[in-house]
Amino acid sequence: MNKPRIGFFDFTGCEGCQLTVLNLEEELLELLELVQIVEFREIMSGECEHLDIAFVEGSICKPGEQERLREIRAKATTLVALGACADTAGVNALSHFRDLKEMRREIYGGEHPPVVTDIPRPLSSFVKVDHRVPGCPIDGREFLSVLQALLLGRSPQLPTYSVCVECKLAEFTCAFERDQVCLGPVTRAGCNALCLAAGDRCRGCRGMIDNPRSGPYYRILEEYGLSELDILDEFRTFNVSGRGGSR
Amino acid sequence: MKIEIPSLARIEGHARLVVDATSGELKDCRLEIFESPRFFEALLKGRHYRDVAPIIARICGVCSNSHTLASLAATEQALGVEVSRQTLDLRRLLAYGEILQSHLLQLYFMAVPDFLGVGSIFPLAKSHRELVMRALRLKKLANDIAHVVGGRPVHPVTPCVGGFSALPQAQDLLELRRRLVAVFPDLEATVELFASFDFPVFERQTEYVSLADDDGYPLLAQTLVSSDGVLAYVPDYAGVIEEFLVPHSSAKFARMTRESYMVGPLARVKTGFSKLSPMARKVAGAVGLHADTVNPYHNLLARLVEVVHCVEGAIHRIDEILVAGLKLAAVVVPEGGGSGAAAIEAPRGTLFHAYRYDQNGCIESADCVIPTAQNLANIEADLRALVPTLLDLPREELTRRLEMLVRAYDPCISCSTHLLQVHFV
Repeated sequence: MNKPRIGFFDFTGCEGCQLTVLNLEEELLELLELVQIVEFREIMSGECEHLDIAFVEGSICKPGEQERLREIRAKATTLVALGACADTAGVNALSHFRDLKEMRREIYGGEHPPVVTDIPRPLSSFVKVDHRVPGCPIDGREFLSVLQALLLGRSPQLPTYSVCVECKLAEFTCAFERDQVCLGPVTRAGCNALCLAAGDRCRGCRGMIDNPRSGPYYRILEEYGLSELDILDEFRTFNVSGRGGSR
Repeated sequence: MKIEIPSLARIEGHARLVVDATSGELKDCRLEIFESPRFFEALLKGRHYRDVAPIIARICGVCSNSHTLASLAATEQALGVEVSRQTLDLRRLLAYGEILQSHLLQLYFMAVPDFLGVGSIFPLAKSHRELVMRALRLKKLANDIAHVVGGRPVHPVTPCVGGFSALPQAQDLLELRRRLVAVFPDLEATVELFASFDFPVFERQTEYVSLADDDGYPLLAQTLVSSDGVLAYVPDYAGVIEEFLVPHSSAKFARMTRESYMVGPLARVKTGFSKLSPMARKVAGAVGLHADTVNPYHNLLARLVEVVHCVEGAIHRIDEILVAGLKLAAVVVPEGGGSGAAAIEAPRGTLFHAYRYDQNGCIESADCVIPTAQNLANIEADLRALVPTLLDLPREELTRRLEMLVRAYDPCISCSTHLLQVHFV
């Protein structure tokens, strides 16, 4: 039997999601029994021609990257966005609210022709993305469950409820009670409220759930004397879709 | 002859190597960095101190713990925050975990395939199963140190300004200690493996730079030293490190006393050889690593020696933390702004973060100086010296040697192209 051919590709990002795949030490050997890893530049030499599943990390921010992404799309049967930068532009999205020319000047000064880049965008701005593994970084377990579903010929399902649900089930103290602005009510679950377990708040790295219940969220904001702006400031750390908000 | 390696494999990030040599003469040799810049320091502008470390850590997945630790220390300097002995011990343990994570990944996943003549570690899962199982065991232990202390192996969540937002459980630290003690047979086998490899012979004297060894092997000191006699206080780093732009790179290059300098494991071993743990010094002897070597390929051996040092260091640190008893203390951050800088020895070398905060505790300006960016000029200088000696080799072997040299530095391109030196007006 021919094993499914899978590959890992990266664009603009930190490679922390591919690293999280490599950190699946206990499952890696078993994984190699089930699939053939045909391309993974970070840890292997060589390129492949065709593959069944391409996992793509990072945002797209220059023409050459768009081209390479389209080539990957063309040779892959299924394309999966791996992690926040590929899925929602991730932390790269922060530059959507800054003037790129001004930033180039701040950094390079007048001494050097600036590297031409555009604002970082998620993969779906350029190609069809079949599935995604959200988060910054991804959750290794969730990656395995997405891969497992694909290998079984099923469509991977992500949780449709919010981080708040996982947080409440674990009985953590609500971050709003600790005077922090938390994105748990609108952010997709699946991380087991890891940041709340660590005493932090939800920073929204897994992106928004499909149908956030805005009514109750407004009530929470009102109760704690917060505004939409407080939320947008938070939301923009890992997401582009909040650009401009309601203003 | 023109050699172009369009996308170097088994390194972190995107770089291209171009060598142009005709009739035995080297015309051009460039390490082109084409990773897209991400303007991280500019993105921090206006952000509250609580958000700075979590954002800046995203510069790099492999070095996220080092970025977090350098960032928190710089912020604490700027805002006048005191941290406890326990916090310092836990951060040191986390730093050991990160060096172990990164070094073991480089040694087994990126370097071993070069010596065994394969393209990656994957085919070894069949031909050298025990080697791969050992690599995975070692790597898992390193990741678990970072997980227990930092909340997860990549992009830590518990370290915060002033200390930790959540502490590890004593029983988890005990379990880590048990596994660290039990890992020595795996370390011995790793030492045997690397002792059996033939390292290319290539010598080039350069300037070696690291933090000082006044509080032990270089890791978190307040002074910076170089083999050419530079001695500087960390906040004054900008006065001794000159960053400059080259047309073929989106990362800035750096120099100090001469045309280039080296940071990283080999530079640290040179500074702190006498402060290595007893077993690490023994391993250095066994693999033939001396403090006076000028062979950049010996970075690999230095990495191996540091792995042993960090395992021993982690055991001692856990003992100290457990003997003192874990206490979750409230974090006190004084009102107001200020400026501060701090440095850490990240896996690839000295990493600097410097911030200026306004009265509301929001970033006015930020600067990060990255180990790989500091090494780029030195890698190129090595390549320029190395290529003319290898021109008789078949093209494939020549390419392999050059790639191995670049890999010996374990360059981290995502880090180096996050872009440096931002001054907001």
